[in-house]
Amino acid sequence: MTPDKEKAGWLKRIAIVGADESDEMGIVPHKGVLQHHSEAALNALDDAGLSLADVDGLFTAGAGFAATLQVAEYLGIQPRYTDSTSVGGSSFVMHVEHAAAAIAAGLIDVALITHGETGYSNRFRKVSRAAMDPWFPAAQFEMPYHVGGPPSTYALACMRHMHQYGTTHEQLAEIAVATRKWAMLNPKALMRDPLTIDDVLSSRWITYPFHLLDCCLVTDAGGAIVLTSVERAKDCRKKPVWVLGSGEAHTHWTLANMPDLTTTPASISGPRAFEMAGVRHEEIDVVEVYDSFTYTALVTLEALGFCKPGEGGAFVSGQRTAPGGGFPLNTNGGGLSYTHPGMYGMFLLIEATRQLRGECGERQVADAKLACVNGTGGALSSTGTLILGAD
Amino acid sequence: MSNQKYPKPLPTPSPEAQRFWEGTKKHELWIPYCRSCEKSYWYPRDFCPHCGSRDVEWRRSGGKGRVHTFAIHYRAFHPGWTDEVPYVTALIDLDDGVRIFSNLVEAEADLKAIRCEMPVEVVFEDVTDEITLPKFRPVSE
Repeated sequence: MTPDKEKAGWLKRIAIVGADESDEMGIVPHKGVLQHHSEAALNALDDAGLSLADVDGLFTAGAGFAATLQVAEYLGIQPRYTDSTSVGGSSFVMHVEHAAAAIAAGLIDVALITHGETGYSNRFRKVSRAAMDPWFPAAQFEMPYHVGGPPSTYALACMRHMHQYGTTHEQLAEIAVATRKWAMLNPKALMRDPLTIDDVLSSRWITYPFHLLDCCLVTDAGGAIVLTSVERAKDCRKKPVWVLGSGEAHTHWTLANMPDLTTTPASISGPRAFEMAGVRHEEIDVVEVYDSFTYTALVTLEALGFCKPGEGGAFVSGQRTAPGGGFPLNTNGGGLSYTHPGMYGMFLLIEATRQLRGECGERQVADAKLACVNGTGGALSSTGTLILGAD
Repeated sequence: MSNQKYPKPLPTPSPEAQRFWEGTKKHELWIPYCRSCEKSYWYPRDFCPHCGSRDVEWRRSGGKGRVHTFAIHYRAFHPGWTDEVPYVTALIDLDDGVRIFSNLVEAEADLKAIRCEMPVEVVFEDVTDEITLPKFRPVSE
């Protein structure tokens, strides 16, 4: 199907031209957050054949209060467009839509999106989260009943899905095992030992219904991507990866206000991205979605429309999402086995870009031309969906 | 029980939620209600998040509902729960039409004892002299 050029307003006008990680990833106690941001930024700009002097728009999250001020000063740049949208792991995927809009509007030429977090090493440096205003609803009506962050909230959503649709632990484990198989093909992945369904099912409970191996890693890492206009993209080092469609949505913050525990806002952002790009699900070659937990990936496939609500378990069975399984998902090894420093969304963008450029070596999906990316943040609260394409 | 001995996070009642926390202290559950669109809502606000009306009031809840979903915590993410694992968090659908977050108590943290849609009723836990937390326990159908 030829993309509908009337609907696809940004079609082949905005491109990702640079993408890379920080120099060292995984367990990196000797480097701080801003080092990960800066290494990734310099690597991604080099990948694009651009320099810091070319950057006029900066987008970032997770580097403390006023994140773009912190990162811009550290990089030594003075951007004329700034966006610190911070809504969890989906933030960097949303930054792409914001950057594309700013470039399309002629406000900037080159957008730099950076990420860096030291989720693993923070615990040894006693880095604490900013305190919540005690009058805020989550502090009054959630914290007194548990303090557990994502494993608590996502477990509640998963349990409802299991109750409503009969989704099983075995089906969730299929995702952990398939994702590990991709990680075994990625030299940068932290966890590369073989994994079986039984290994997942016999790992200890963290928060029921999640075993340890249903949960993502906690690592140190950074990443960055660079976007520019079709005109500037011609002068860049590598072939452009086009932003064909995008969508973003958020539906709640406290879990009691989540409209439907068994889906995600990707049911809103997904259709918008597909419609804008004018492509159908069966045309997508590779899918990169946030896998904070095995369940996050499963429910996201449903919310995006790759299968119907409740059919995610059957959809991923039989190692369908593994290498050679017919539905390439999280081909870098995901947050479950490759890296997950805190807000993983950036790494979805890097992997999709590399797949569409054909740079992925052993794990390359043959002739990948269209990718779907979906970041999820908060308590299944926020999503950003992108359809990316290569010529 | 004194504040010093209670090891978990305590709520600090906000101005718009004073009525709720005053109620729990008297072992009563009060829920905000919109007179304009005739729906309950959660959490307390001085206006209705369904329709935006400021014509709202408090209504006393019967304290009965069902477990919408639950999770069993085997790892304490805060030292206050270390001695209590496994403990159970749950979203409760009150018969009054709102869903609230709480703990399920007086039930084994075991799948044989807990399931989605099981009926529950409110119990009040006086955790300090100032604060009483509403929690929920199973009741027969």
